[in-house]
Amino acid sequence: MAEEKKKKKMCIIVSKGTLDAAYPPLILASTAASMDWEVHLFFTFYGLDIINKKKYKNLKVAPIANPAMPMPVPNIIGMLPGMTAMATMMMKRMMKKGNVPSVEELINMCKEMGVKFYGCQMTMDVMGISEDDLLPVIDACLGAAGYLDIASDADVNLFI
Amino acid sequence: MVEADEVLDTSGLSCPMPVLKAKKAMDSLAPGKVLKLIATDRGSRNDIPAWAKNNGYELLESGEENGKFIFYIKKPE
Repeated sequence: MAEEKKKKKMCIIVSKGTLDAAYPPLILASTAASMDWEVHLFFTFYGLDIINKKKYKNLKVAPIANPAMPMPVPNIIGMLPGMTAMATMMMKRMMKKGNVPSVEELINMCKEMGVKFYGCQMTMDVMGISEDDLLPVIDACLGAAGYLDIASDADVNLFI
Repeated sequence: MVEADEVLDTSGLSCPMPVLKAKKAMDSLAPGKVLKLIATDRGSRNDIPAWAKNNGYELLESGEENGKFIFYIKKPE
């Protein structure tokens, strides 16, 4: 029986907190969970913003020094106040038009399907973030050794 | 001709929604039953077979109808 095989396993280090960087780990995690994989997400540095109660709904994408925007913005204009908000609004609108779920929806779907969420204890301490600042999706706060122990026998290991 | 026990239409939805919805539908399906999945996401042509294989589901048939992608997926007995 297929069920008796060891489940495939994926671990992702989520290190970036911009809107565009939040999507790949959450899409891969939810999809892998829907393929009956065991999935672990380890949030570190700015990646913690994705699961920060005060920040996860306000992730942003900046046009400055970002030549890959759908509508490229010269840096001298990208530095003006309000340009980041505008680029973020444009991206959110694009994702909505494409019927891509929001970051919040993806987090909820991941959790529903059993994806495990971890906070990096060291970065939380350095940046003054407590477990209470994070969404209640967090399963544990770990250090590097804890992560490596989980990741050591994963089939897919990613750093995003 | 494959007979479907359930139909799930994910038309208009983008990756990863078709497989996430399909997973929910398969979970509520009894063993041996067949789900007909309809999708418009072009990635689903490759994604659905890969997803089914990983879950141990059998992809009985797949094809295109009126610009939509159709998959018949069987839950193992």
